[in-house]
Amino acid sequence: MKKSHIIAIVVIAACIAIIIATAGDASTYVTFDQAYEMASVGNKTHIHVVGDLKKDDAGNIVGIEKSADNLSFSFILIDENKKEQKVFYNEPMPPDFTRSEKVVVIGSYQNNSFIASKILLKCPSKYQEEKIKTTSL
Amino acid sequence: MHYLIGDLGHLFVILSFVTSIISAFAYWKAAHASTEEQLAWLQNARVSFYLHGSAVLGVVVALFVIIYNHYFEYHYAYSHSSRHLPGQYMISCFWEGQEGSFLLWIFWQALIGLFLIKTQRQWEAPVMVVFGLVQAFLASMILGVVIPGLDIKLGSSPFILLRDAMDDPIFKLQPDFIPKDGSGLNPLLQNYWMVIHPPTLFLGFALTLVPFAFCMAGLWQRQYDAWIKPALPWALLGGAILGLGILMGGYWAYETLNFGGYWNWDPVENAVYVPWLVLIASIHTMIIYKNNRTALKTAIILNIAVFVLILYSTFLTRSGILGDASVHSFTDLGLSGQLLIYLLFFTGVAIVLAAVRWKEIPTSEKEASVYSREFWIFLGATTLCLMGFQVLLPTSIPVYNRLIEILGGESNLAPPADQIGFYSQWQLWFGVLVALLSGTGQFFWWKRIDKNTLLKELAYPVLITLIVFAILISLTRIYDPAYLVITLAGVYLIVSNVKVLLSVTKVNASLSGGALAHIGVGMMLIGVMFSSGYSTVVSLNNTGMLISKDLPTEFNRDNLLLFINEPRTMAGYEIEYRGERVEPRNVAGYVNKNDIDLTLDPYKVVAKKDILFKGKKILNAKDTFEINPENTYYEIELRKNNEVVAVLYPRVQINPSMGGFIASPDIKRNVTRDLYTHVSLPMNREEEPEWSELEEIRTRINQQFFVNDYVAVLEGVTRITEIEGFELSDTDVAVQAKIKVTGERDTYYAEPIFLIRDRTQVGRLPSEVNDLGIRITLINIHPDSNEFTLGLNTRQKDWVIIKAMEKPLINILWLGTGVLMVGFSIALVRRFKEFSKAA
Repeated sequence: MKKSHIIAIVVIAACIAIIIATAGDASTYVTFDQAYEMASVGNKTHIHVVGDLKKDDAGNIVGIEKSADNLSFSFILIDENKKEQKVFYNEPMPPDFTRSEKVVVIGSYQNNSFIASKILLKCPSKYQEEKIKTTSL
Repeated sequence: MHYLIGDLGHLFVILSFVTSIISAFAYWKAAHASTEEQLAWLQNARVSFYLHGSAVLGVVVALFVIIYNHYFEYHYAYSHSSRHLPGQYMISCFWEGQEGSFLLWIFWQALIGLFLIKTQRQWEAPVMVVFGLVQAFLASMILGVVIPGLDIKLGSSPFILLRDAMDDPIFKLQPDFIPKDGSGLNPLLQNYWMVIHPPTLFLGFALTLVPFAFCMAGLWQRQYDAWIKPALPWALLGGAILGLGILMGGYWAYETLNFGGYWNWDPVENAVYVPWLVLIASIHTMIIYKNNRTALKTAIILNIAVFVLILYSTFLTRSGILGDASVHSFTDLGLSGQLLIYLLFFTGVAIVLAAVRWKEIPTSEKEASVYSREFWIFLGATTLCLMGFQVLLPTSIPVYNRLIEILGGESNLAPPADQIGFYSQWQLWFGVLVALLSGTGQFFWWKRIDKNTLLKELAYPVLITLIVFAILISLTRIYDPAYLVITLAGVYLIVSNVKVLLSVTKVNASLSGGALAHIGVGMMLIGVMFSSGYSTVVSLNNTGMLISKDLPTEFNRDNLLLFINEPRTMAGYEIEYRGERVEPRNVAGYVNKNDIDLTLDPYKVVAKKDILFKGKKILNAKDTFEINPENTYYEIELRKNNEVVAVLYPRVQINPSMGGFIASPDIKRNVTRDLYTHVSLPMNREEEPEWSELEEIRTRINQQFFVNDYVAVLEGVTRITEIEGFELSDTDVAVQAKIKVTGERDTYYAEPIFLIRDRTQVGRLPSEVNDLGIRITLINIHPDSNEFTLGLNTRQKDWVIIKAMEKPLINILWLGTGVLMVGFSIALVRRFKEFSKAA
């Protein structure tokens, strides 16, 4: 066998390994029910859940609880299937958290509570602003 | 309204688009024409490209005039700039928007094109055809023209008026309305790195076009190998500039963003990292071909791949396809289709051209020996491509989802949850492989080595490597097996290249570029390993206050709550929060917020007293000075053995129109480690603080009492005739108490006022001591007993929550970057000289 063939085989093997690993490590966008199911069968992989913050009729966000020392907080997220879930996050609440339109939480269920290791906020971008500040006139 | 400048700019955009097409066409004709006709076509082509260059310059000037003069009737100026923006950041405004960054890219390519016309006689026509076409595609992105009949908008112009871009009712009432101020530049970009990082990166992007254009020209003109010599120095320059641009981005992230590092494996970063890796691989294959006449086909494929990857990354980052996958907010300007055509056009043309000519490309049948440098360089290039593939595959996940959706399926694939861990674990092992290959390859590059001399040649470097490794390990105490391997590989790479460097410089110093560049890579590998692998959060919370009992015990927290003037211990330091500061715009230093009076203009404040900074007077009492009201700095003092070793000023910017809250770190830099600190949560000053219930005490002059555990004493009560500039009338009586409160660090005075208006109405003006969290009210005066009743309220003291990380040996990374760049410079000077000698 020629050396170039050996190299080619090794490269192909490496590519396959990379593809398999990527497929294995890729996370998924799921709902809270699916996430709970995964956790209950012992699957501890972190998944993405996209949802909205719970709001009352007047549009105020409800269900945010901060720890006494402000170092962590929890909130209620409603996923696409309208399921409500309390999510814990062990960082202080980002000040623009309540302004966000959509929240993506990355994490998993542990002992029936959803613990986020990371949250991504989708804030209304300034590009979407349709109003011009006329007050500065 | 300044219509002229915008119309002029738009005209220049159209002109640059048209002239680039004409120039490409004329160059195409020149490449095919007979000798007598050729000159005429060349002349035409050159004139069109000169016109193109001038038009591009015209666009740049027009856009800059609009930004610089605050013509807010234009959308670009309104949405990227504001009146209070310091001059140097006007330049950043220019490329904050997508249109401006396309323009920057076009500008660099036009400049490079002009340079190539002057220097490349033989290659001018075919190379400039490619340039002309690329310029036409890029110019079309900012064209902003609607094709009549089809109703398709081509490109997004930077010269559209605000009233056309925004659907605001004000324009119906008042079509000529011009906002007084713009909405400003994203605060994250108000940083000197953002003035130089984008132009560097886009110059790198632009430079990758040159080797691609040469490669295409070579294939087209059947000059299958002659293109390598002129292309190589440009590829090296591109590798250096693009690498520098990427690292500048990393350094900016380290200094400005608060994720605690310089590299986040975000899709945006990956999109430039992958082409760079492949570019480095292509440079190596081009060097193999120059030395040994092998690997030509690989060099051609890689050169095409680099350019296609640049186009792909442009598509990824600008089409909005990354939407849910990236923390960066991308705006879809509706260019997705155009970007896709751009990508597919050049990919298609390049593949078809290469396929048509494939059989004609000379190949060498001989197998490279294991003892040849070609063998090792080739393995290295292969590894670099695999590294790129490993990053590209998961970064494209949103693209797969979209493709499956288009095909009617459904896919819920998300990027790996722990991006940093996922990529790092692969990339570090690839890094080890690259280090071993390039360390060994360098020996073969320098000397002919065969089976018999191998042992002799490698013995010393390996021995030295082991000794250095042993010393390093005993000093740093690494035990993790993976990290041990990485360190060993890094040391080996450095040692072997130092040996080669020493031998090379004896012969000819101009050949030392390769060795130096590889030493730089070795240092970067070690720097990355230590600073990331051993990055530790040092601000661990140990108060034990938990939010919920349901939570598992490993729910530990990485942030530290600091109350003002209350020292805590952290990472061997005594750490103390000293209060909020502002930064004067024209003087270096920070000013305590308690020492300034606000004015009606939020950008101007007045000093209450002489302002000292680090023992030096920087401002006089009553001085008015400018600040940026968005920025607050939190003074954090670090002490060791009661001596101040550092004062850090992490920053928080509050800018509601930009999405709120942005924290930037401050870094205590030591030779061996950085202490990286940022604010996680500041106090909300908008919220009224919760005061305790009023406590009343009776006291006399010079009698001590306690408030919020601080010793206080009423020093005196005096009658006053005016309150805050308002003259009191004869019927009013006002007295002011002076109460001294001794804090941990400073002495404060509270001066509450007791007022009787028209002999009947009683008014009380309490006085707050911000730093101590107390409020004192003078409630009553008892002349009969010489006593006074004071009301005391307390609140939670001022606080801030910080996160701090330690990054060991990060300076080796930055130093390695410098060495890599020096190596690149030496190599490319050598190759440019080689080329100009040959020409």
